[in-house]
Amino acid sequence: MSSPSTISHHRSTYPKLWLLAAVITSLLVSQFVQLNPYFSIVVVNIGINIILAVSLNLVNGYAGQFSLGHAGFMAIGAYVSAAITSFGGALWFQWLGGTNTFSVTTLFVGALLIGGLAAALAGLVVGVPSLRLRGDYLAIATLGFGEIIRVIIQNTDAMGGSRGFSVSGIYTTIFWTYSVAAVTVYVVVNLVNSAYGRGFLTVRDDEIAAEAIGVNTTKYKVIAFVLASFFAGIAGGLYAHFIGYLTPEGFSFMKSIEIIVMVILGGMGNTTGVIFAAVLLTILPEVLRPVQEYRMVIYSLLLIILMLTRPQGLFGGIRWRRTAWLRKKADPLEDGSAA
Amino acid sequence: MSEFIQQLLNGLSLGSIYALIALGYTMVYGVLRFINFAHGDVYMVGAFSGYYLGGWLITHLGMSSSVLLLVIVLIGAMIFCTLAGLLIERLAYRPLRNSPRLTVLITAIGVSLFLEYSGQVFFGADPKPFPALIPTQMMRYAGLTFTNKELIVLGVTVVLLIGLSFVVLKTKMGMAMRALSFNPTACSLMGINNNVIISFTFGLGSALAAAAGILSSLNYPVITPLMGLIPGIKAFVAAVLGGIGNIPGAALGGLILGVAETMIVGYGEKIHVPPSYRDAVAFVLLIAILLFKPSGLLGKGQVEKV
Repeated sequence: MSSPSTISHHRSTYPKLWLLAAVITSLLVSQFVQLNPYFSIVVVNIGINIILAVSLNLVNGYAGQFSLGHAGFMAIGAYVSAAITSFGGALWFQWLGGTNTFSVTTLFVGALLIGGLAAALAGLVVGVPSLRLRGDYLAIATLGFGEIIRVIIQNTDAMGGSRGFSVSGIYTTIFWTYSVAAVTVYVVVNLVNSAYGRGFLTVRDDEIAAEAIGVNTTKYKVIAFVLASFFAGIAGGLYAHFIGYLTPEGFSFMKSIEIIVMVILGGMGNTTGVIFAAVLLTILPEVLRPVQEYRMVIYSLLLIILMLTRPQGLFGGIRWRRTAWLRKKADPLEDGSAA
Repeated sequence: MSEFIQQLLNGLSLGSIYALIALGYTMVYGVLRFINFAHGDVYMVGAFSGYYLGGWLITHLGMSSSVLLLVIVLIGAMIFCTLAGLLIERLAYRPLRNSPRLTVLITAIGVSLFLEYSGQVFFGADPKPFPALIPTQMMRYAGLTFTNKELIVLGVTVVLLIGLSFVVLKTKMGMAMRALSFNPTACSLMGINNNVIISFTFGLGSALAAAAGILSSLNYPVITPLMGLIPGIKAFVAAVLGGIGNIPGAALGGLILGVAETMIVGYGEKIHVPPSYRDAVAFVLLIAILLFKPSGLLGKGQVEKV
């Protein structure tokens, strides 16, 4: 995609501090703020969608590879982590002497991580052959893989097949969701502002030129893809232990489209915009609940109108200058534009 | 052996449907280098227009199942979908003619979703029974039993393919289409109005999809607004299989896919592949062709100009 680079040059002054603040805030909120169950559900869904959208943004926005199969990796993470807690949970609790906070936490975190790794592995398997393709072909290949994953799950009776699988424990809380979301954003933002990030952007802007100057485009594409799949897998695990019941239909092409719309609405390659879009597009269906039957019609019309009027998304092309005002005083000669 | 031929016939019948839809994909890709995700839903619109037209003709004009009814419904649906395709192209794709390909791709997805869900709103999400347009006759030949419907599907497909070849190879419009797929700029320099040709291509593809919708509903007379999703994706795979942009390739790809799918369903148990994997056949074929010969079976490798 040959649009001008939307590199956000902003470097948060204290990135690790922001991360810590986010984690602690979510812990406090989770412990002390009593939300009614409906709002809890929406808030957790927002968090999960943030993880999905920010990770997909890494592939679609920064690396410029159009992947339509993200839901497949979410599905792998969901089912693998559910399998671990359901089939391994009893054994684990036996070893650690019962269900206490420590054993539950370690089981949950372990399941999430293994789910994420399984998804990352799948990302590697899918990515290495597919990422040789360009544009439309890559989109269809990833779509195809996503559907293959779904069909395989549908045919795996051990995990319930089409009937669905009941997850043994609801372990996801606002704390876990937003901590993971914070970590995802932290990793993605730091990655993008590093040498790897330059690699991604080079691949996105002009792959042929990148190859010509010796950038290993496949390596960068695969890294972006595998990392995105990892986070999608973890999001899947969080989702599984929140909803409590998994069906293959919930991870279909439609789900991938929902995440893509968030990335596009937010402006591909703009993490802040994508987060904003994830929040917006999670709340929107709730707001539209009174007109439930027309929800998808409105959604699709919005998509078309968005593409016709503002294809770069809400925040595409905007350069964030949040911390420019902090730095302006230090250097009066700087014109403060390229923040 | 006769069972094998039977399965082959079923496969060709299924493959004809895929071929007709795939032709639309491939023609639009040829002239616009763009994958029209909404094409599968034009197939659905064709089936539904046949449902309403056929229903009206049967109840209000008292027509009975006959070849005449089939022909009228077929032509009616094709005309309606041609208009629908032209409208979609005019409203959603033409303004984006110079936009990056990704934008148009997303718009196509949007149009597809719009057609599916407004179909659900207007037609109702419940499955509808397609009227029987022609009485079923069992026929026997050389130890094989088949219905006249399967023959009709094959026959109509052959007729449409011949018609399409005639248009593409022997008419001026067809020549303009082929020229446009080579080089759009040179085309307009030659005095061809690109917009007209593109609209014509869309209309032609939509007409074929409508025919596919009617023919498919003959054999599987239950229609829903979401029926175009899976056949649309499979037809796209068929188009890629044959070489996207290549018209005979799309037909070939469709037939191969139809036969492969039927064979897996019919004989899958012998190689430990349960028939429920039928949808995966298309995607496995897709991955295989993209890995080994991305330009498709009949496609020529595209040299990328820097």
